[in-house]
Amino acid sequence: MSGALIVHRSGPSVTVQDLGRPGNMVFGLSPGGAADRHAFIEGAVLLGQGFECAALEMAGFGGDFEATSDIRIALTGAPMLVRLDGQPLVWNASHTMQAGQRLKIGATSSGVYGYLHVGGGFSTKPFLGSRATHLAGGIGKPLYPNEQLPLGPDLKPGFAGQLLSVSDRFSGGTLRVLPSVQTDRFSAATRARFEATQFTRTPRGNRQGAELQFEGDAFASDAQLTILSETMVAGDIQMTGAGEPFVLLPECQTTGGYPRIGTILPDDLPLVAQAVPGVSLKFRFVTHEEALAHHRPTETLRADLTRKLQPLLRDPHHIRDLLSYQLISGAITGWD
Amino acid sequence: MTSPATNETAPNAFPRIKNVGLSGVLVSFSDILTEGANRAALAFRAELEKAAPPGIIETTTSLTSTFVAYDPVRLPLKDLRAHLSKLLTRENWETAALPERRRLWRVPAVFGGEFGPQLEEAANLAGLTSERAIEELTSTRVRVMTIGFAPGQPYLGSLPENWDIPRQSGLTKQVPNGAIAVAIRQLVLFTTETPTGWRQVGRTAFRGFRPESDNPFALRPGDEVQFAPIDEETYASFRAKDKTGDGGAEWELLP
Repeated sequence: MSGALIVHRSGPSVTVQDLGRPGNMVFGLSPGGAADRHAFIEGAVLLGQGFECAALEMAGFGGDFEATSDIRIALTGAPMLVRLDGQPLVWNASHTMQAGQRLKIGATSSGVYGYLHVGGGFSTKPFLGSRATHLAGGIGKPLYPNEQLPLGPDLKPGFAGQLLSVSDRFSGGTLRVLPSVQTDRFSAATRARFEATQFTRTPRGNRQGAELQFEGDAFASDAQLTILSETMVAGDIQMTGAGEPFVLLPECQTTGGYPRIGTILPDDLPLVAQAVPGVSLKFRFVTHEEALAHHRPTETLRADLTRKLQPLLRDPHHIRDLLSYQLISGAITGWD
Repeated sequence: MTSPATNETAPNAFPRIKNVGLSGVLVSFSDILTEGANRAALAFRAELEKAAPPGIIETTTSLTSTFVAYDPVRLPLKDLRAHLSKLLTRENWETAALPERRRLWRVPAVFGGEFGPQLEEAANLAGLTSERAIEELTSTRVRVMTIGFAPGQPYLGSLPENWDIPRQSGLTKQVPNGAIAVAIRQLVLFTTETPTGWRQVGRTAFRGFRPESDNPFALRPGDEVQFAPIDEETYASFRAKDKTGDGGAEWELLP
């Protein structure tokens, strides 16, 4: 036992997450895990620890936290307003937090999911090899006030003050899509129009999936109502009865009866999870070879990111520069 | 134009292998549900699991397909597809033996009344009286054809042909955990409170998903289930003393 994080207050959708629990689809349970896997991996890199170390995923709003012992923390994903005992902290960076200090994390300034990582991770009770809360599957619950989250042993105490320059995942963009089971049930013309269409997120969405909207006719297939329920995975773009796209995210159901026009490259999926309503998304079909060339497996991504770590400078002038970002965006980011 | 002509096999040829994104492949045995196609999906998955090439992350089955999630870096797509193709030609999977160590579950359930509010409606659609419907639903041994939509939630079939009844046009706002509902020759045993288009004909104290347990999934695809009719008092007593989630259910290994 290495102390605990006291939750004085938390947003409505703050959950413990890791990379999920693959291996249970056959029992109807999707892998789940962090909605923005890249942000989870960035936190592990900032703290120099393994992916078994669970973190907090904060949808839209963080909370008010206190540690019972001195700990290390890292902040990744969607940037949020953050103060440690009233002092702003740099996002995409690791910091030391002393026992009794108050960490207040407010609303996101862009994106949807922010992450709070702690040295050693949260040692909540694992279930089927993972600590990931799976709300749709009835595994775990969002944080509640006065909850105490146990912390695992920190193997690298003292390793903090690191900064990671990461790519912006909060402004949408063009996502790479591969064929899926029913892609050929959509005509070539429909697929071409799909690639030419600009989509935006609607407010309807959660860890199970995200609804998209667009202007134009529905994307109908010749299978709209006739197909048997079939296995589905995160990244699938399903066309609902009305031909409206719905992108499946890590807590999706394991089977579904709507046709899917394609599957988003896993590396691009965080862009959907992190898109707030209004952010524009487009899709482009790629071949397996092109997708594979852009794919970074988890361990490769860790190695790529580890090379990008740099010390968070203590130079007061530099810090003032970093803090000046809050005047623009309301939060302090580390992407520049 | 980069849009690929997708998944090159002829659309009506089965079995059929299709890519699902970067890291999934689906082997389909039919696009309509038949006993043989479901058997093929279950048997093929079991065989695949016996000697899975490194790089396969997990496998699962739907009603008529086997799905493989894999790591495309460790296991190149063409190697996986070659492995699957070779395995497909090895035997006629539609008549293959079902997975080993399947179990027969006898599951007590209340049919009709408050616990099965749509029994009469469903029985009418099946051309039966309520009494005869209960007899058919409890004398038919049904297979766990697939588990999905919610953790541990089985789709059981197939019922006799007269049970090929449609789903309701509207949704029941909510059925409880343990509800048994019917449509299209299948029964579903709900493991969570949910809205549904299926008609609720009964309820059991058996829990298909037990998140508090180290063995949270009671049923495995391929298992068989036979419901045993009980009254509401018996149900209540099962609920009251049940610590495992079995709700009075018992199982034996199938030969």
